[in-house]
Amino acid sequence: MTGAKVLLMMGCPEIPIQTSIALYLSHKLTKSGFDVTVAGTAAASKLLKVSDPDGYYVKKLVDLDKTIVNIIEKRTSFDLCFAFMHNDAGMTYATTMSSISQARMYSIVFGRNAEALAETIEFDCEKIVAQDAHNPVRLKNKLDKVIEEIVK
Amino acid sequence: MSCIEQMKYTILLQRISFKEAREYIEKNSEEVYYVSPGYKIFKDYYIIGVPPIAVGVKGSALIFPYTKPCHGSFVLSIENEDSIKEINRLREAGEGKVTALSKKGKPPESSKAPLTSYGDMWKNNT
Repeated sequence: MTGAKVLLMMGCPEIPIQTSIALYLSHKLTKSGFDVTVAGTAAASKLLKVSDPDGYYVKKLVDLDKTIVNIIEKRTSFDLCFAFMHNDAGMTYATTMSSISQARMYSIVFGRNAEALAETIEFDCEKIVAQDAHNPVRLKNKLDKVIEEIVK
Repeated sequence: MSCIEQMKYTILLQRISFKEAREYIEKNSEEVYYVSPGYKIFKDYYIIGVPPIAVGVKGSALIFPYTKPCHGSFVLSIENEDSIKEINRLREAGEGKVTALSKKGKPPESSKAPLTSYGDMWKNNT
């Protein structure tokens, strides 16, 4: 999978662990040889830019809605997509991505209602679920195992 | 920002789950059409949604779901020359159409997961 194009799709940044996990995942996947792009809403992108001003962890940061349009219009494509979600809108965006893209989907579901939200996912994906909002460690540990499997 | 936000629209429902948006459109439209995620309407809005995505017609108004990551889903209505063009395009394609007379039945594909309990839950946490 080295060299594969990976999209990290951030939703609303209301839940704190999204930013830290996006930075961590982008860095870890980049170090493993993946071509990583992070897509976010304006607020999610600003949080990331302030946290990583020199682009050390996130090399490519793009607008979420424009990326969706580019995929639909076949101007870009990805092999893998990690979709962050903690609310119904995040799940709705991820479902759209699953429908318009051939990427293998990974749903990162977090926040206080993570388990109930994960139950609503109807598209084919691997679910990484942690009922956490502030402490990213449990979600990070689960993602480490997923990445281990991907890079095998 | 898509062209929708620069158009004159009416918000029929706001900050709801996508399932609630679909149900509202099905119950409050004279004609209902089902489209895939990414279906383009107006100049540059590609519909974000969970299939089957219901798009409704009421008179010359187009009723459709609009989802924003931080604010949930909305049901919007737009009535102008462009909405008439969009309605004609849906009618010409004709796929997945459910008319007012028959719309009490199920849509072409039903959702697998019961979203109602979750929809209530997330609304209480925002």
